[in-house]
Amino acid sequence: MSGKKMNALQAVNAALAKAMEQDPKVIVFGEDVADREGGGVTGATAGLSTRFGDDRVKSTPISEQAIIGAAIGAALGGYKPVAEIMLMNFTTVAMDMIFNHAAKLRFMSGGQSQVPITIRTLTGAGWQTAGQHADHLEGWFAHTAGIKVVAPSNPAEYYGLLLSCIQDPDPCIFIESAGTLFIPGEVPDDQAPIPLGKARVVQEGTDVTIVSWSSQLVRCQQALPALAEAGISVELVDLRTVSPWDKEAVLASAAKTGRVLIAHEAVRSFGPGAEIAATVNEELYGKLKAPVRRLGAPYSPVPFSKPLEDAYIVSPERVAEAVKGLMA
Amino acid sequence: MAELSNAPAPSPETLVDIYRRMIRIERNDDAIRKTIRLGRLTMPYYSARGQEVIPSTVSAFLNNDDTICTIYRGIHDMVAKDMPLRPLWAEIAGRVDGTCKGKGGPMHLTHPETGVMVTTGIVGSSMPIANGLAWAALLDGSKRVTVAYFGDGASNIGAFHESLNLASVWKLPVIFVCQNNGFAEHTRYENGTGVDFISKRAAGYGMPGYTVDGNDPWAMYAAVHEAVARARDGEGPTLLECKTFRFMGHVFGDDDKYMTKEEKAEAIAKDPLPAFRARLIAEGHATEEQLAKMQADIEAEVEDAQEFGLASEFPSVDELRRDVFAEEIPA
Repeated sequence: MSGKKMNALQAVNAALAKAMEQDPKVIVFGEDVADREGGGVTGATAGLSTRFGDDRVKSTPISEQAIIGAAIGAALGGYKPVAEIMLMNFTTVAMDMIFNHAAKLRFMSGGQSQVPITIRTLTGAGWQTAGQHADHLEGWFAHTAGIKVVAPSNPAEYYGLLLSCIQDPDPCIFIESAGTLFIPGEVPDDQAPIPLGKARVVQEGTDVTIVSWSSQLVRCQQALPALAEAGISVELVDLRTVSPWDKEAVLASAAKTGRVLIAHEAVRSFGPGAEIAATVNEELYGKLKAPVRRLGAPYSPVPFSKPLEDAYIVSPERVAEAVKGLMA
Repeated sequence: MAELSNAPAPSPETLVDIYRRMIRIERNDDAIRKTIRLGRLTMPYYSARGQEVIPSTVSAFLNNDDTICTIYRGIHDMVAKDMPLRPLWAEIAGRVDGTCKGKGGPMHLTHPETGVMVTTGIVGSSMPIANGLAWAALLDGSKRVTVAYFGDGASNIGAFHESLNLASVWKLPVIFVCQNNGFAEHTRYENGTGVDFISKRAAGYGMPGYTVDGNDPWAMYAAVHEAVARARDGEGPTLLECKTFRFMGHVFGDDDKYMTKEEKAEAIAKDPLPAFRARLIAEGHATEEQLAKMQADIEAEVEDAQEFGLASEFPSVDELRRDVFAEEIPA
């Protein structure tokens, strides 16, 4: 089976091209996405307007409400819009459109309205962009009934999950996280869409289950060699879709190991880890060998200064330490 | 006020059609208010009594596949677009035969078959979505147009400004219809809006803007004719500011403390509905008998819809798991 080595942004580009090729109803728009504007600030949409035309790939004014509103309306008009909100913090400007409209129109219309939009958005600490350009807000969106929240961690997942988001009949937030973007990986030529709501077991193990996703998954992977050296058998579960999340896979792994760590880049307080931990406790009370642990960012805005930013991010060392703590 | 003298005069048939839509709005509104008063309906209700001319004239220019996005005060906009009244009544009663199976309610009716695509409860939010529907029409290569209805208060929210700008840049076939009734909830126009005419704001986005007497069907006809023609010809959006007055305050039960008795009485004395009716007859566009028959038919339709809606069942609680996503949430 042949494939191509690429990074996550190249995988996004390839998936968008594939989706547009397969379905003339797929349209792509957002700030600076057309080639006249450079094909996107990260280059994720480079070449698409040239190839598919300026009608289907459009740069927009800096108007996030108008962007998501146009996506919703075009979806109601039969299209499959892929809207880019340059950075996840900018989704806050469009929250009315996302939260009150995209997420709810199907329900509030009694199933008459479909809003099959995909919102691609970039975020993540590590680039010293500070408190308004780097938040992991998956918990916000996961708390809203009617939106799917997708957070890939490697190029093949970026490709396969983005295809699924675009084909999905419901709105999806697709998180492109700084810590995952430039790690090359193999994307098979025939990479199929990856089903939403299904986790992937990255590494099987018997002592401790780590549940993670997106950039934090990468940092969990980096902790694996030290843990293997310490003689701890880790099962690493890549959630891939934060909402709706794969309870079955997480509970199966937790039942097997009896010890669970949930690690995410989002702020730990009221974060998605709390929901997962509570569910594991409810379902497996009495069968666990240790209390479920959570790692996440401190209750703080993302800082600028490098030592502060380093401390903000949950390092592979802290992941390893937490796993060892579960074994103690 | 705009002078759009090159517009053709409305035909007698069109005038009568506009009146039909108006009386359908008024009779339906009257029945809703009576039913709430009798305690047979429990719902937040925002009567648009007094604003009938605006959507009735707009709708006379729209085809079934032209779409509208309106707001929680917009039941008159839907009735004008010929939404059937049976599912409307079942919806406002929260019943399973409602347009939205009772899951949206009176502030959120949706009925794609008549082009009522979104009814938002958020001030200003009809506009960004209307742009997307208009964009879809362009991409389809069709001549469909989209109307975004909103009030004067909504012209002060960010969504208005973002939407007008995008519609202008993309030359979208959308008509922004502002129903300026002089009050944003309880706040008088001049205490909340920093410009004497909302239509002037169109200039900031490079589109035509007109202030029209929204209670005058002839003036409305000329303005809508111009805006719809522009949109269908691919020339882009238009902002219409239609001046009117709401007779029943902001929400049903409102005590109107924020307006004077005199101004309200003066507006009601100029009620556009009987005035239009009298002129239709005086100018020979319709006969007394014809309009009486029309009204009787509409009253029968409303009564039938009311009975149907109130007799419909409530939805099953399983509906909480349906329509969150396309796929039902497991129990």
